Amino acid sequence: MSLALDKPRQPRRPAARRSNGELYSWLFMRLSGLLLVVLVLGHLFIMNILDGGVHKINFGFVAGRWASPFWQFWDLAMLWLAQIHGGNGVRTVINDYARKDSTRFWLKMLLYVSMVLIVSLGTFVIFTFDPNISN
Amino acid sequence: MTATAETSAGSRGSQPPVPDGAVTVTVKIRRYNPEFDDEPRWDSFDIPALPSDRVLNLLHYIKWYVDGTLTFRRSCAHGICGSDAMRINGVNRLACKVLLKDLLEKGSKQTTITIEPIKGLPVNKDLLVNMEPFFEAFRAVKPYLVTYGNEPTRERIQSVADRERFDDTTKCILCACCTTSCPVYWSEGSYFGPAAIVNAHRFIFDSRDEGAEERLDILNDIDGVWRCRTTFNCTDACPRGIQVTKAIQEVKRALLFKRV
Repeated sequence: MSLALDKPRQPRRPAARRSNGELYSWLFMRLSGLLLVVLVLGHLFIMNILDGGVHKINFGFVAGRWASPFWQFWDLAMLWLAQIHGGNGVRTVINDYARKDSTRFWLKMLLYVSMVLIVSLGTFVIFTFDPNISN
Repeated sequence: MTATAETSAGSRGSQPPVPDGAVTVTVKIRRYNPEFDDEPRWDSFDIPALPSDRVLNLLHYIKWYVDGTLTFRRSCAHGICGSDAMRINGVNRLACKVLLKDLLEKGSKQTTITIEPIKGLPVNKDLLVNMEPFFEAFRAVKPYLVTYGNEPTRERIQSVADRERFDDTTKCILCACCTTSCPVYWSEGSYFGPAAIVNAHRFIFDSRDEGAEERLDILNDIDGVWRCRTTFNCTDACPRGIQVTKAIQEVKRALLFKRV
């Protein structure tokens, strides 16, 4: 048996102080990418290849799809994942290529505002879509 | 000893006899003299060289016999000290490890070799760059043994398998070939760069070291490993054959699974 006592005032090992933001955004890119492969390719297949392709798409087709919670969820997931995935990608591009801190800040603000706008508008439409709207 | 004769001559005066089997090659060098030039300029030299010569021999020939003002770093000239990293024909290499015969054009066409300073670091003169930003990133990852608690009375021992884990990254000679081949480092100087991560890796995966947490904290930063875009330029550039991108991925994995 050994006595494990350190000398007094010995430097202590510092605890990990991590802000994992960059780690999570890196991980999110991989996971959302995998999901988007299924969601987007599935979407393209249904819209452009099945049942006469793109010519079948009209107001009635969209209304019929969004009557089902499954397709509402599919489109919602695709909208959110694609927006955040793409937005995060553009964020890294801005981080890499902007030369001045002010340029970087304003480009990112523009990006975030446009992301929030598109995500909220899309979400609003998916949930409040009225198939009986006239004209 | 007249000034006019010295401006065009090399530092060692008249040219030596051309050896048998020599070919004439054009060496195109991107030069910059802060005392005269506003912008970097290209300078070309037609010089005789043997296919067995290294690119460093061509630079020596120019400096010694043609233009003594050509400025570049070299020390050991045998691929160990890492002083003569430069961009040769568009890729980062040590001038002392590239043979002319591997650059020669096929057929009778005269070979042109372009030589530029490594990218992403401020150029002081010609091929000589300011390495300070590079070493600053290197020092930031604490590239030395960190331990806590009482010192052992005997040496710190390690198994062969534990030593093997970081063997690849012990080979780094800090030539900056990898860091200055990285597109992320070119466009944004605050990225630590591959070389700093390689040297952090060397201690993070060392079983005798206890500073892994601190180094991982530093590399988890916005300017750390997550900026790596996995382009493999660093692995291709390393004159020591270090699997640089693999080392960066291992640091990412250690952060992701919180396990060294």
